[in-house]
Amino acid sequence: MGALNVLIAVCLTYVAMLFVVAFMAERAALRGRTTWLRSPLVYTLSLSIYCTAWTFYGAVGNAARSGMEFVTIYIGPTLVMLGWWWGLRKLVRVGRTQRITSIADLISSRYGKSPLLAVFVTMIAVIGTTPYIALQLQSVTLSFASFARIDPQAVQLADSDATALWVAAGLALFTVLFGTRNLDANERHHGVVMAIALEAVVKLFALVAVGVFVVWGLGGGVSETLARIDASDIGTWQVDNGRWTALILLSAAAFLTLPRMFQVLVVENEDENHLRTASWAFPTYLMIMSLFVVPIAVVGLDVMPEGANPDQFVLTVPLSQGQQSLAMLSFLGGFSSATSMVIVAAIALSTMVSNHIVMPIWLKIAKGGAVISGDVRSVVLVSRRFSIAGVLALGYAYYRFSGGGAALTSIGLISFAGVAQFLPALMGGIFWRGSNHTGALAGMLVGFLIWAYSLLLPSFGPGVFLPAGLLEHGPFGIGWLKPQALFGIEGIDPVVHTVLWSMSLNTGAFVLFSILSFPQPMERLQGAQFVNVFQHSGNPQGWSGGLAQAEDLMVMAQRILGPDEAQALFQRAAVEQGLGGYLPDPTPDFLQKLERELSGSVGAATAHAMVSQIMGRATVSVEDLLAVADETAQMMEYSSQLEAKSAELTRTARQLRAANEKLTQISLQKDAFLSQISHELRTPMTSIRAFSEILRDGDDLDQGLLAKYSDIIHQEAIRLTRLLDDLLDLSVLENGQVSLNIREGSLQDLINQALASTGAENSGLRIRRIGISDDIVMETDLDRLAQVFINLIANAQKYCDAQDPELTIRVIERDNYLIVDFVDNGSGIPAQAQDMVFEKFSRVSDHKAAGGAGLGLAICREIMLRLGGAIAYLPGQGGAAFRVSLPAKLKLAAQ
Amino acid sequence: MGKHVLVIEDEPNIIEAISFILSRDGWAVDTHSNGHDAVDVVRAKAPDLVILDVMLPGKSGYDILSELREDARTHDLPVLMLTARGQTKDRELAERIGASRFMTKPFSNAEVLEALRELVPQ
Repeated sequence: MGALNVLIAVCLTYVAMLFVVAFMAERAALRGRTTWLRSPLVYTLSLSIYCTAWTFYGAVGNAARSGMEFVTIYIGPTLVMLGWWWGLRKLVRVGRTQRITSIADLISSRYGKSPLLAVFVTMIAVIGTTPYIALQLQSVTLSFASFARIDPQAVQLADSDATALWVAAGLALFTVLFGTRNLDANERHHGVVMAIALEAVVKLFALVAVGVFVVWGLGGGVSETLARIDASDIGTWQVDNGRWTALILLSAAAFLTLPRMFQVLVVENEDENHLRTASWAFPTYLMIMSLFVVPIAVVGLDVMPEGANPDQFVLTVPLSQGQQSLAMLSFLGGFSSATSMVIVAAIALSTMVSNHIVMPIWLKIAKGGAVISGDVRSVVLVSRRFSIAGVLALGYAYYRFSGGGAALTSIGLISFAGVAQFLPALMGGIFWRGSNHTGALAGMLVGFLIWAYSLLLPSFGPGVFLPAGLLEHGPFGIGWLKPQALFGIEGIDPVVHTVLWSMSLNTGAFVLFSILSFPQPMERLQGAQFVNVFQHSGNPQGWSGGLAQAEDLMVMAQRILGPDEAQALFQRAAVEQGLGGYLPDPTPDFLQKLERELSGSVGAATAHAMVSQIMGRATVSVEDLLAVADETAQMMEYSSQLEAKSAELTRTARQLRAANEKLTQISLQKDAFLSQISHELRTPMTSIRAFSEILRDGDDLDQGLLAKYSDIIHQEAIRLTRLLDDLLDLSVLENGQVSLNIREGSLQDLINQALASTGAENSGLRIRRIGISDDIVMETDLDRLAQVFINLIANAQKYCDAQDPELTIRVIERDNYLIVDFVDNGSGIPAQAQDMVFEKFSRVSDHKAAGGAGLGLAICREIMLRLGGAIAYLPGQGGAAFRVSLPAKLKLAAQ
Repeated sequence: MGKHVLVIEDEPNIIEAISFILSRDGWAVDTHSNGHDAVDVVRAKAPDLVILDVMLPGKSGYDILSELREDARTHDLPVLMLTARGQTKDRELAERIGASRFMTKPFSNAEVLEALRELVPQ
């Protein structure tokens, strides 16, 4: 089996192990067992992603080419960690109190939550990091190639493009699996952090092992090696002060502004006290990493053939000495360096791309559509995953495009210089309240343009992006615009040149525009929160003591989380504390946990403010309230979309309520109707039963009473029958089951017929006819219309209370209607009862003697409805007045 | 002369029937056919027993009974309520207000007489 196959097997095993470690760490975090995950040592080791493949392989190459210069890359971060501990603490505090998710988030939050700044920072970060990812792919590819060279069977397998593609795809998969397993409000990734901490150990161990082998195995001991170093070029290399200063500044800046460093330093930070340990432990780590760089470079130059790439000495020196296992370890070290950087960088960049570019666009597109929180979560995850794949695809594209030829160090420095453009805005943001959005944007824009023009684009070589002539003589022959000699300053190192111009003009523009323009109110508030973070945030390490009302907390939690979830949370906490029931002691631990749970629903600042209030802590500060207001603004965006949904639900609910009211009303009417029917049926039945019992029992009844009582029974039986007839008639009419018998007939005949059947004229009611001519012919159901007329005439007979009762029947022909009015000269119907007269059982008077059950007018209304006409009470006529109208289409005037 | 009963009822035929039945059984019968002044009539005539319809013109039988129960003079007066609305809730309402007996129409003559004898021992 060839060495390359073994190498691939070892690689796969190693990656599988990382999977297991990451998986177990995630599980432990899920179960809340995070004590060992939260150790300051893990934090320190995670910072070591600063040491990428560039450091692992490139430092030796750099030393071989440029002497001690590689040390600058370590000195920058060391100075930051040792000398600027307080500044880092402020950065971490700001990150924690503001729930910052990335450097783009921090800068945009500080400058008034500007989406423009967020997008801009994200784009610079992506552009600046892409070469860096390409660098990692290149180093892994190169190290594969180094192995391939000593494995003759595998020469043809060592297609470097394919290798790089496989590596990129593998890393994308790993990152997606562990970087986007779930959405954590704090963007923390326990599994990934644990895996990169392990990788930090592997790479340190590998480099030290190679160093030990070189010094004691090849160099012949410490003093021998030191002598060799003195004799080599490295010992006599001239230190270029300008370049050293620029590189130290650059690495210090990059340590703070590289998206991946920001991720581990600030976002993944569990406890700002970890910085205390890291401030000495991380420089120590860097020192050990750099300890054997020079010996490996010097010995490598001695033992390796002329022209061997010093960037691969860490690997090729052991290989050339036949130390396959050591070379394998060294390879794993380099592999660890490359993968840990790529994974964290991809997570950091995908967070930015997804939060600041993809999601805003998606929300805009999806506006009006159904947006519910579950959907948003899955969209965020999908967008994160695609962003990760996109970032790695970009890295791979850059690798292919740049040809993979440039020295590792120079690619790394290009990236450093790019992300260093964030520094003025970042520092100004947390230390200078006067800085503002315009200044930050202007500074970064200027810095970015200079960096791209003078360093990034030329790095592809003449003729790729910038034509050779432009590099040589400047655009349009303007000499002072030559990319690598801006403003006429020639002959200095391109990196120094770029750092000098970009950083000074960036800072200058930042300060100038900040002074010249005015910050928005939101910016001023945010500025105060960031710059004065220590005054505002209190101790983020949780709540101490305080006599909180556990019950009050529960009441609040129930309101926010819902009763089930809140009760479960409290009960769990009580059990953990060894208590029964639902009320745990409000220990700091519990309060912190509660705050975390609440912040998932109402946002961190609101949750904090609510818990503080109940805790009876110092009053809620203005800043707390501002933070609440701020969160509210963010939530507005989501809630506006929920509003549309909610409006629709409100509408539906209103319709349902209306329908329900109607049903309730109908049901009440039905009950009332049944009760009425019962009463109307029982009353005649009562007389019938009582008198029939009297007749049955009484043999001593005289003839007069016998006749009288028999007659009452007879009358009441008729009344009962009529009531049943009316009810059935009404039921048929109301159900629309009635079949009309349409015939032609004279109106005059119909009225006479109705008067005759009521016997009105013989009962003392005088009838006045107006406008009834014999030429009005109608086509309608004559029997039904007669029924209406009879009813109205009978009502006048029964209820007209005038001394000399009179009924006027008046016929009017209108354009489309034939109108028949029935007006009597009685006292009429009181106004408040007029609406009611057509309802069932609505007798206006209690005049039971009239004998009707109150169904007559209801039947009339139904009949007129069926005939296509109407009947209405006509007020203001002196007595009771009813107007019957029929549409003209049923009327044929016989001309 | 037998005991004195006042019938408050608005259906003429029913008044006729009840009057006949009670008179034949030896009661002195008075009648009244509207709700407005029924309470005053009861006070004025001070009967031994009242037969009270529920659906009366002017004032419902329930209201009349309530007023009678509030007045010390008529607080314990036996009242037999008669109604054509025979639902359970009507019976419950009547008993809550203080009806001595509650019967639904149509009634059996014998049962009415029996109830009266129980309410007013002869």
